[in-house]
Amino acid sequence: MKFIKERLEYLFTSTKGLVLVAISLISLVTAIWGTLSGPMVEWGVRDLTVRLLGMKLDPFFREGRIIMLYHTIAMAVIAIEVYLMTSIIPMKRRYKLAINATVTVGYLSSLIFGLGFAYFGRNWILHGLFLFGLSLMFFTGLLLAVALWPWNKEYYVRSPEYAHTKSGVDLERVAFFTMVVATLGSSLFGAVAGAYFGNGFETFLAENTVRFAHKTPLQLGIIGHLHIMLTLIAVAITLIVGRWLDFKGIYHKIAMPLMIFGTIVITIGVWMVVPFELIAHMIIYVGSTFIMLAALMLVIYGWRKLIKDRLNELGIEKAGFWKGLKALLHDPLKFGALWQMVFMNFTVSGVGIFMAIKLDEIFRIWPWREERVTLTGHWHVLAALIATIILMYYADMVGLKGKIRQWFGWILLIGSDVAFAGATIYSLKRLFVKAYYQEPVVSKIFLAMDIGLAAVLVILALLLLWRLFDLFKGEGVWKREKENPEVEVPRTSKEVLSE
Amino acid sequence: MRRILIITLAIASLMLWGCVRQPEKWTHEEIKYIDTGVDPNTWVLIPAGEFFGGQFRNLRHLRKLNYDYEIMVTDVTNAQYAKYLNEALAAGKIKIENHQVKGFYPGEEYTGFRHERKIGPGYYLYYPLGEHGTRIKFDGKTFTVDKGFENHPVTMVTWFGARGYCLYYGWRLPTEAEWEKAARGTEDFRAYPWGNEITPHHANYDLSNKEIRKVLGVNHGITTPVGFFNGKKYGEFQTVNAVSPYGLYDMAGNVWQWVADKHERMTDRFMKGGSWMDYDIYLRIWAYNSALPYNYYINVGFRCVRDVKKETPQEENPSGENVEK
Repeated sequence: MKFIKERLEYLFTSTKGLVLVAISLISLVTAIWGTLSGPMVEWGVRDLTVRLLGMKLDPFFREGRIIMLYHTIAMAVIAIEVYLMTSIIPMKRRYKLAINATVTVGYLSSLIFGLGFAYFGRNWILHGLFLFGLSLMFFTGLLLAVALWPWNKEYYVRSPEYAHTKSGVDLERVAFFTMVVATLGSSLFGAVAGAYFGNGFETFLAENTVRFAHKTPLQLGIIGHLHIMLTLIAVAITLIVGRWLDFKGIYHKIAMPLMIFGTIVITIGVWMVVPFELIAHMIIYVGSTFIMLAALMLVIYGWRKLIKDRLNELGIEKAGFWKGLKALLHDPLKFGALWQMVFMNFTVSGVGIFMAIKLDEIFRIWPWREERVTLTGHWHVLAALIATIILMYYADMVGLKGKIRQWFGWILLIGSDVAFAGATIYSLKRLFVKAYYQEPVVSKIFLAMDIGLAAVLVILALLLLWRLFDLFKGEGVWKREKENPEVEVPRTSKEVLSE
Repeated sequence: MRRILIITLAIASLMLWGCVRQPEKWTHEEIKYIDTGVDPNTWVLIPAGEFFGGQFRNLRHLRKLNYDYEIMVTDVTNAQYAKYLNEALAAGKIKIENHQVKGFYPGEEYTGFRHERKIGPGYYLYYPLGEHGTRIKFDGKTFTVDKGFENHPVTMVTWFGARGYCLYYGWRLPTEAEWEKAARGTEDFRAYPWGNEITPHHANYDLSNKEIRKVLGVNHGITTPVGFFNGKKYGEFQTVNAVSPYGLYDMAGNVWQWVADKHERMTDRFMKGGSWMDYDIYLRIWAYNSALPYNYYINVGFRCVRDVKKETPQEENPSGENVEK
């Protein structure tokens, strides 16, 4: 009994344990639900999964199922970001406990009952519990906003290294707070439309309406909701990575106002999609430019820091290009987290801008089916990039060192980037290959994507299996993490806080 | 570490290698002719009546067509389209310009809405000659079909070309509602023309490609002869008699089918049924695709309908609510 109690205590009360549970559940859902599409269908794995688990894949409800699946995974990802925030941002202990407890019940309810409803039987109780989970997630956001209130003098910053106002308000905290408030509003934005479409289950996927000349305000609401939520999840992870790498100095001072302003502008822009669709995009472009500039500041700072730290470690005072590059690539986890933000510009922002510029000239010449592939492709890639950044941070958090750290980091980075580059090329294939000749190209791209994804999944499975077996050890890593449950970042260290 | 780099480079090279192999000039193909026993000149009567349109089982989506019409049992084949091109060329109804078959279209309303294209009166592309993927060729006098493709659905035909064919014979393209009623019938609410289950033996789509290649002796995805999925066994490949309640073939898979509807402030025309290139989700009765009316694709064809009585086609919604057509 004590054996189980101790482990459950670790898994559900420590930040590191909570993150592990959420990552494990997302991995499990991804592994199982990943068999329902792509090459797995051709190999007959889908049928096996459906039979084994007793899934019900009614063709009428596919859109509804997909929407619930996206929500369940998104809730777990949000939960991870919340756990990390409550650990790396100073806040009152009672808030931290309440937030972590609420978000845990929230995401678990939405994940378990949401998938239960969507894939195992359309039972109204399950649907109600799914909504209960989503409501708790919203309530978590409210608590988090209260806990993060930046104008609480207790959290004022005195150190000149970090962005703050004259009076000492921590601008990074403001950025977190802004992101949380924007998320709350944006979730309501989706909830209103979702309540209409969900009631009666007349669901639709936003990409299916992209060419309709007339979209209802509620349809526009859904389109806006999914875009802004993913954007805000990306903003959150960027800020979290900033904490991880102890983002400070001049770049921090430039980045934080940009991030705050960008978050506000892009959120307003997306909300404006409903009443003023035509000008909303211009506002969104402005907001996203600010956010991307803020992320660029973090990347510049982070890479310079990685080089500097490594050269200091080696005792090298002056280094040329190659030595600098070697130092930069020394830590695939920290380098990788920032690289993914750069890579995102090629596979997401770049594609998006290109689409916007050439929409009528190229993409609207393609059949809608092809445009749809590009649309769904770019945001799946963004979601997956965020997931890899979380995994890199987690791998660092659990203390992967030496060769294991190198192998894990590089396989995760190269595997995912090969897959995402493949997905991007696939979605844009019509630019360079005629439909009649696409098959060999597509097969090769799929092969590359499958190899990349398989590499990521294998390395992730190994990490999780290690953590699973570790739980059976008396004095395993879990024990150390239980005794030291918080994620350590320099900004929450005693030295900085007592400044 | 070096190994990872080598693997990455190898994958990148493979991908690049795959991307560059694309011949400049189209070489027409020949394949084995397969007789399905289905006559593409057959029509079937769709009687007036109610039917469920779209995806959702809800009275709001109960529609009614208050007129009878007839629809082709199969998609229009290459042979039928080549015959039409020969007849229409002789009759001066089409012209050939820069390797393109063109026909007249009277134009349509243009509101200047975002992404809308101006389609004024004039000659528009029906069928591109010598384009990669075409199965009909022109020797300067006559249109002929590549050997083996005679009873395959015509593809690479634009919406204008599909409309032109139907009008030439006094027929027309089906509206979306007419197409859905013909695919689903009135008896029940189903996802596919034959029911709610789909296997590679029901239709020509992504999952059945592998088996179909063996039957047709080709190494790439391809259309199947019209009426292929009729319960017959072709070599080792057993098909299901996957007809709609009215006995229509290929209402799911093989090729997308242009439908007539012109939606307000949109230039795109819609297609129904899914194709050999698509996943099963696109084969569901309510699924759609859309494209500009002057574009052509290797997986898009059509079939026609004809009026039985000379009444103005009118769609009603028995529930009394407005239904967007």
